[in-house]
Amino acid sequence: MTTETLIWLIPLPPALAFFLIVLLTNKSKALSHSVGVGAAILSWLASMVVFVRALGVEHLGEEPFASSINWLPTGSTWLKIGVLIDPLGAAVLFFVSITIFMIFLYSVGYHNFGQPAGDHDRKGLPPHGATIEEHGHKHMVPSVEPMYSRFFAFLALFAFGMYVLVVSDNLLTMFVGWEIMGLCSYLLIGFWYGKESARNAAIKAFMTTRIGDVFMLLGIAFLYSATGTLTFREIFREETLHALASVPSFWGFSTAGMIALLLFIGTVGKSAQFPLHVWLPDAMEGPTPVSAMIHAATMVSAGVYAVIRMFPLLSLDPQTMSIVAFIGAFTALFAATIAVAQNDIKRVLAYSTISQLGFMIAALGVGAYIAAVFHLITHAFFKALLFLGSGSVIHGMEHGVLHTGNHNVDPQDMFNMGGLKNKMPITFWTFLIGGFALSGFPIITAGFWSKDEIFADAFANGHIVVFITLATAAFLTAFYTMRQITLTFLGEPRTKEAEHAQETPWTMTAPLVILAFFAVTYGWVGIPEHFPVLGGLVPNWFHEFVGGTLAEHPEAVEFSWVPLLTSLGVALGGLFFGWFVYRNVNSPAEDKLQIPVLRNKWYFDEIYDFLFVKPATWFAEIFVYKWMDKGLIDGVLHSFGPVTQGLGSVIRNYIDLPVINRFFGDGSADVTYWFGGKLRAVQTGRVQHYLMFALVTFVVIGAVLVAFGLLA
Amino acid sequence: MTGEQIVFLVVALFTLGSGFMVVTTRNLVHAALWLVSTLFGVAVAYTLLDAAFLAVVQVVVYIGAIAILFIFAVMLTRKDLLDQGPQMNKNWWFGALLAVSTFGGLYFLLQGWDGLSKTATAIPVGFDAVTELGTELVSPAAYVLPFEVASVLLVAALVGAVYVAFNKK
Amino acid sequence: MVPLSWYLIFAAALFSMGLFGVLSRRNAVAILLGIELMLNAVNINLAAFWRYGNVMDMAGQVFAIIVFAVAAAEVSVGLALVISVYRRRNTVVADEIDMMKW
Repeated sequence: MTTETLIWLIPLPPALAFFLIVLLTNKSKALSHSVGVGAAILSWLASMVVFVRALGVEHLGEEPFASSINWLPTGSTWLKIGVLIDPLGAAVLFFVSITIFMIFLYSVGYHNFGQPAGDHDRKGLPPHGATIEEHGHKHMVPSVEPMYSRFFAFLALFAFGMYVLVVSDNLLTMFVGWEIMGLCSYLLIGFWYGKESARNAAIKAFMTTRIGDVFMLLGIAFLYSATGTLTFREIFREETLHALASVPSFWGFSTAGMIALLLFIGTVGKSAQFPLHVWLPDAMEGPTPVSAMIHAATMVSAGVYAVIRMFPLLSLDPQTMSIVAFIGAFTALFAATIAVAQNDIKRVLAYSTISQLGFMIAALGVGAYIAAVFHLITHAFFKALLFLGSGSVIHGMEHGVLHTGNHNVDPQDMFNMGGLKNKMPITFWTFLIGGFALSGFPIITAGFWSKDEIFADAFANGHIVVFITLATAAFLTAFYTMRQITLTFLGEPRTKEAEHAQETPWTMTAPLVILAFFAVTYGWVGIPEHFPVLGGLVPNWFHEFVGGTLAEHPEAVEFSWVPLLTSLGVALGGLFFGWFVYRNVNSPAEDKLQIPVLRNKWYFDEIYDFLFVKPATWFAEIFVYKWMDKGLIDGVLHSFGPVTQGLGSVIRNYIDLPVINRFFGDGSADVTYWFGGKLRAVQTGRVQHYLMFALVTFVVIGAVLVAFGLLA
Repeated sequence: MTGEQIVFLVVALFTLGSGFMVVTTRNLVHAALWLVSTLFGVAVAYTLLDAAFLAVVQVVVYIGAIAILFIFAVMLTRKDLLDQGPQMNKNWWFGALLAVSTFGGLYFLLQGWDGLSKTATAIPVGFDAVTELGTELVSPAAYVLPFEVASVLLVAALVGAVYVAFNKK
Repeated sequence: MVPLSWYLIFAAALFSMGLFGVLSRRNAVAILLGIELMLNAVNINLAAFWRYGNVMDMAGQVFAIIVFAVAAAEVSVGLALVISVYRRRNTVVADEIDMMKW
């Protein structure tokens, strides 16, 4: 079949899986995960076919795979929707499909498929273990998740949303996919709805991203009103871009800049940049595959992808670009400082994600298009790897918790771990690869190549402030990553639970290995040409391929030693220091970096609570509910009764009774009675009187007729 | 003044006088007897009008039956043989006034009619009024229907009178 | 040679007298007497018009015959009623027979 048809079909299997699981296979765990994983495999295969075909096309940027249909009639024209795979789309499709597939597979093992149902497990709470008899003695084993099928259904819906976003050729369907993922993030973060913290986190995530979404919608509306179209190819035509750039808008931005700014705010929400970053750490309440999905593979990447897509529009206005760069760089540094002081293994990764996204946004802000895309893809691989790895670690720790029976031990606290290198080797090595990639360990990790390219671009284009900020953030990144690895895997086990940790099943470790492979090798498709020694050995395929997306193929940045040395220095230095400082730290008390302001995320949650949440709650509960709804509206309604009653009694007592009853009713009766009484006198009962009356009448009539000349 | 006129005047005066006595006399039996004389006077007037059959029927039916009936009725409705109390009711003067005004009205109406001073034409020779009357009364093309209806009426009156006046004890 | 007007005036006078009797007499039988007078006046009228109109047309006399019949019927029923009332109420004074009122 044609590539275009195949592209249309890519989002279909996960959508079907969602409906099938919800409607049909809900009761059967095996069927549900088969449907889910099967759908992920199908979409992955289709994506791979499309990707391979896309590779074979020369100048894919000018002639992408595109197909659109007329959708909404708008007067004499049509709003069209369709699919588009240009080089950017193909590259994104590659990593999205693989990571989604890995996460689906991972979830089978994560939710303990095949294990018995738990002793006290309830839907809505995380599973807590089941007691089984084995060889004569009882022990607890991990129990299967009660809402197993539901998880796969939500995951499938999430995958559907992401695929729709990636393959769409216009802002409208992209926004549709965006919103579907927003919904699914709410559903999945609040997956264990029995926990209040999870419920609150889900609401927080949805609300915060919603703020961004409102601005994004404004941007879309603005764009539509300015250009009359929402399709990317039509917006990025020379004439359209030129027109948008020349028309001025508010506050010194051009129309293009304003639109790009509004759309960027949507990304600030979705990709958890400052100031809308507060939801992402709380989103760790969801199961780990969800964290991997949301914070690595799909949702946050979608935010960056949106900005990358709109790059031609964004690059027209230098004001917007500087705002973007500022927010990106600031977020990168800001989040890195917080990550240094976190003790929960997943929180560290959450802040790390925020920070790395800041890197990508900053790269776009300084115009490093290819570097941003590169980092997006490599980050997806190693961050997904790290998250899934952390899930594996937590699983192993929970095994230990079940063994000892001490449920007061938090299996996610790094200070309860230690020495897991020997207990969980596959997890350890893959996690190490991921961590090194995140830090930017030279040559053999993909993270190095993508981060280096960002540095090179920033430096070469003269954005020194951004360069320095990113470099500092990179140092901190390496530092906290090594801190994490040291505390978790190296040294001796600090608790009994850590001693009894176990490696996780193949359904969990196989995805780790596959992702680790990409985390190592993917960097090698984008080696810059002018790199010493290695450059030029393999052509910079990535630059050539993805660069074709833009109308003007971006030039390769010329080589300079400064960024290279800086990135080597911060990476290796940070790793070393991380290991050095933490190799002997065994408890939070000994950790000198547990500064309260860092631990408490610079108190932003508290600030937002004070500024926004409390007033909103006050407004809803007191103003709207108590005063307006109950007081005013209900008051008006309640007043209807007495008012009507009063009116009724007035009408009754002053109109009905005296006038209608007494005057008209009784009055007419009395008058008739009085008249009757008077007229009655005629009826004497005497015949002679009657005859006399008749004769008199006869005479009178006769006289009248004669007088009028009608008679004689 | 022809003889005919004189005779008429005498008869008229006699009849009117009797009539007056009928309506004014106190004693009811006297009134019934004065009625007899009035009826007789009317019979004579019929004769003057060459309505011989009517005259005879008048005497036979009116005087012979109706007047007798009146006398019977008077006798049957006397509490005692005394005629006490006034014979005129309270508003007799209004009745008198009405009667006079009726007469006046009729007179006035008659004045407007120009055929008033007609005189009688001669009866054609050979014309037998009685035979003609008899023929007409039973002729289907003429007046047999009113005749029969009148007979039905009489039957009804007969039955009714008997029923009304029937004394159950 | 008697003009028609004389007969008519004669009949009118008789009629008026009868009317006076009907209106003014107390006794019910006397009222019926008055009615008889009125009927006779009418008959005289009819006969006069017959004689002074077309003698060949017997309508006048036939009408008079019918009036005879009606008068007879009326008198008999009327007197029967009076007798019946007398039996019940023990009175023939018209003023006292006034039940058909309010």
